[in-house]
Amino acid sequence: MSGFDGDDLTQPLEGAREAAAAEGPTSPEVGRDEWVARHDEHRAGRSGLLGIVEERLSRIPWWAWLTLFVAVFALMPVGVTDGYWRRVAFDTVLFMMLALGLNVVVGWGGLLDLGYIMFYGFGAYTYAILRSPEFGFHWPTLLVMAIALVGGALLGILVGLPSKRLSGDYLAIVTLFAYQIFISILIGGDNIFGSNVTGGVNGILKVDPLSFFGHVVPVSKEGGVFNVAYLYIALAFSTVLFIALRFIDRSRTGRAWRSMREDSLAAQLMGMPVPWLKLMAFSFGAAIAAFTGTLFVALNGSVFPGNFDLTLLITIYAMMILGGLGSQAGAVIGAILISVLLELLRDPSNSRYIFYLALVLGLVVVLRLSVRLAVVAGGVIALGIVVRLVVDQVDASWTGGAPDGTGWLGDLIARWVVEPSAVTLWLKSVTYISLIALALLLTTLRGWTRLIVLVPTIYLAAFVWENILAVEPAVTRYILLGGLLVVVMIVRPNGIVGEKRVEII
Amino acid sequence: MAEKLLELRGVSMAFGGLQCIDGLDLHVDEGEIVSAIGPNGAGKTTLFNLITGVYEPTAGDIVFAGSSIKGLAPHKITQRGIARTFQTLRLFLNMSVRENVMSAAYSHTKSGPLRSMLRTPGMRREEQEIRELAEKRLAFFGERLMGYRWDQPAYSLSYANRRRLEIARATATNPRLLLLDEPAAGMNPKETQEITDLIAKLRTDAGYTILVIEHDMHVVEGISDRVIALDHGLKIAEGSFEEVATSPQVIEAYLGTGGMARK
Repeated sequence: MSGFDGDDLTQPLEGAREAAAAEGPTSPEVGRDEWVARHDEHRAGRSGLLGIVEERLSRIPWWAWLTLFVAVFALMPVGVTDGYWRRVAFDTVLFMMLALGLNVVVGWGGLLDLGYIMFYGFGAYTYAILRSPEFGFHWPTLLVMAIALVGGALLGILVGLPSKRLSGDYLAIVTLFAYQIFISILIGGDNIFGSNVTGGVNGILKVDPLSFFGHVVPVSKEGGVFNVAYLYIALAFSTVLFIALRFIDRSRTGRAWRSMREDSLAAQLMGMPVPWLKLMAFSFGAAIAAFTGTLFVALNGSVFPGNFDLTLLITIYAMMILGGLGSQAGAVIGAILISVLLELLRDPSNSRYIFYLALVLGLVVVLRLSVRLAVVAGGVIALGIVVRLVVDQVDASWTGGAPDGTGWLGDLIARWVVEPSAVTLWLKSVTYISLIALALLLTTLRGWTRLIVLVPTIYLAAFVWENILAVEPAVTRYILLGGLLVVVMIVRPNGIVGEKRVEII
Repeated sequence: MAEKLLELRGVSMAFGGLQCIDGLDLHVDEGEIVSAIGPNGAGKTTLFNLITGVYEPTAGDIVFAGSSIKGLAPHKITQRGIARTFQTLRLFLNMSVRENVMSAAYSHTKSGPLRSMLRTPGMRREEQEIRELAEKRLAFFGERLMGYRWDQPAYSLSYANRRRLEIARATATNPRLLLLDEPAAGMNPKETQEITDLIAKLRTDAGYTILVIEHDMHVVEGISDRVIALDHGLKIAEGSFEEVATSPQVIEAYLGTGGMARK
């Protein structure tokens, strides 16, 4: 070592000492950290009842929340004896597992995987092929589940191979292609070199229910009611999955995944094998989806290519994003909210509440609680009453219809919205297109003209909803869900439990 | 003369037609602190990217601890014992301060996902070791990155603390050679003095060999055993700080010939 004199280093720069001294004796010394020293003062600022509640809640460990959640979920069938809603709970648990698996790939790994549903389908078909009279195999359930798990993981590695080189948009397109190929194989699978493998569009029927060590778990009880045992089995598996994922998140691998999501180059330069980590994340998500697929088909007893459409993929993405990307609790909460909401929206009397609530919330978010909000609300109500009176005088058949469903809101709406006894296709098209035109016009307007146009737009929206959309819940529920997602994203941009995320400063 | 830890032999790097590094010979001895200086665009950061495997040199060879590391993947090079910081900070912003440092222990730890899910005793022991390592690395910076800051997200840190955290993260890979890319950029005089002391301490206390890119000549003067000046991808001067600072080529590179003539 040459030219190195350690003593010189202890001398501060010219002026540094003076600058420090000038700040006075109360300021921290060089090397001391002001923020750390005063940290308790800053914390004390968050007082009050809400502060105490927040403080207490944050001290509850994660496993206590999990226990509470599982207990509430497990006790649900005591209060809910309706087989239909018990079945919804089972589907919700499957959604939870799918969202948790997708969270590994997208939330932690940061890999945009649009082929995720393919692995779900792979697991379902694996179970259906190995446990149905179609081919005469009736292998043990646990063995088939293990095969689906491992097979899904391997398929995940295969599909993930391009991710070694690709990222972002490119990866999304490649995985979407892989998914399309998978669906084509399922549809054309009744004639692969002359032999039937997947049953083609007719799918595979009469799939065996779950059976453990010789004990068959029947799908339904007397009268075709959903067997609640399936709910408990799914809940048990999902709890194990949640804990396993929680453990892996707080491990070397979980940290490496999240590092890769934050900055893959920096992660690699800090010694993490990014290509391998990407494959591993893909494989994990795939294995979880494949495993969930076996539960799905065991209860349904049949499987078709149509079970794995893109709507399902988008729904699972929506669950994960709504709850908060990268958060396990978020995936669970998002799955419950969207799954239950989609069921509620099947019934017009329920979806009406959600539609008008979203409308009011949207107005409050845009206009705030102001005079303008009062003007618009008053204007819309007055306009409705006047229009209905006038239309009634001109032709009574134009107000002879009744709203679908029941409820106090429905009764109230019936006195306000024009409900023709027969809605012609012509009327449908004109009102729907003018609603879209008005909405587009709104985006270009500012100030009072916007408020004036807003009034008829809202009334027209109510008209279109009552006469066209509410009649077709199968389509409408996704439109409504989309609207609700937009509202939630404005209020909480990082999802319901998602933490604030920062990309660049 | 100490043993050569890192040696670049005739390394060249061209992007298309642009020759960024041209036949560069450079070596860093075990236990040495070497500074690379030069005007913006001289190829200093490219030099770091070549050493750490972000780019593969178009010609020449890079030898680290006796074996060639040319063409190895970046994470393999880090495993061999080279760690770096970034001029444009590249922290894992949405992870906690402690996790940032813990994540860098990946290459010298073993627990796979299966053992993590089962939380085997071995995995828990290793996790505890990683945690202690991270806390030790953070403690190196005194109170700056201590206490409640451990659990705060990295984005909540000030600029200077982010630079410190980057150094802590790099040291958690257990390197032999530490590459610091402008460690004092954006720091006030007080903090600059602190970082100067710290770089010296990194060598004396932790035993790292250090190659540093720095624009602040106070820092360069304070720490360097040897200074290398680059311009347009060529080495224009090498030697002690005084030798390099008074070299006509270096003055020309920084101020230009015209600037001298007009005076």
